[in-house]
Amino acid sequence: MITTFTPIEALLGGSLVGIAAVALMAVHGRVAGMTGILTGAIWPKGDWDWRVAFLVGAIAAPVVVTLLTGVALPLQADLPSWAIILGGLLVGIGVTFGGGCTSGHGVCGIARLSRRSIVATATFMAATFVTVFVIRHVLGGF
Amino acid sequence: MRRILSAMATGLVFGVGIVVSGMANPAKVLNFFDVFGTWDPSLALVMASALVVTFLGYKVVLQRPTPVLERTFHLPAKRQLGLPLIGGSALFGVGWGIAGFCPGGAIPALGSGQSSPITFVCAMIAGILLVNGLGALSARRRALP
Repeated sequence: MITTFTPIEALLGGSLVGIAAVALMAVHGRVAGMTGILTGAIWPKGDWDWRVAFLVGAIAAPVVVTLLTGVALPLQADLPSWAIILGGLLVGIGVTFGGGCTSGHGVCGIARLSRRSIVATATFMAATFVTVFVIRHVLGGF
Repeated sequence: MRRILSAMATGLVFGVGIVVSGMANPAKVLNFFDVFGTWDPSLALVMASALVVTFLGYKVVLQRPTPVLERTFHLPAKRQLGLPLIGGSALFGVGWGIAGFCPGGAIPALGSGQSSPITFVCAMIAGILLVNGLGALSARRRALP
């Protein structure tokens, strides 16, 4: 499925993610990694209140954007359910062992020049690239 | 109360960033990785801009003695590279390549009310609970005499 390159939206949106990451560190002293925030909210080790609040804010985002712009969130995931479930399971298992995802390792970790995060990001980006290549150009899609 | 409102506002800014950038849309994310097909380089600019802002912002913020509403900065202390980090990240990449959602994209996508992010997040939570549950179980075993 074709999507158009949207450089302005990408830079604007990415900057907002960065601003949120800096704000979470400045105010709460926390890394803005979605894996860590979510895990601490569903597998509580003490402080789950700010995590749930962060998640609620993030989930409200499409509603707020739609109210402000009148444009509904374009979401194209025409995949069979089994693929979404398999993907979700692998992501959940993988980010737990790997200790983070695109936001935690890819943005916050690399911004701290963490060696672990640089290795993790290189690894998952490469694995995703290979997986997409195999699915689309070897298997010919789902 | 200030903690809760501040965290919620920060989550909202994060989510708006994800939505505006298009990273809540699996088709757009997967197309970044499809260099030999329907390539869409947007994701690179999203990560690059997020990284630059975070890098510069952290430089300023982490020089302060404490965060505004907490006593300490909670920074990851782990240093070692190892099989969990690399194998886990590889598994994450395979799952990301199959479904097109990563955790940071899927959580804001929940607010669209569509079924695919809900399905994805339920499966992802099952995976997270599975690993944490097995970890807790084996830790308890080890603690027994």
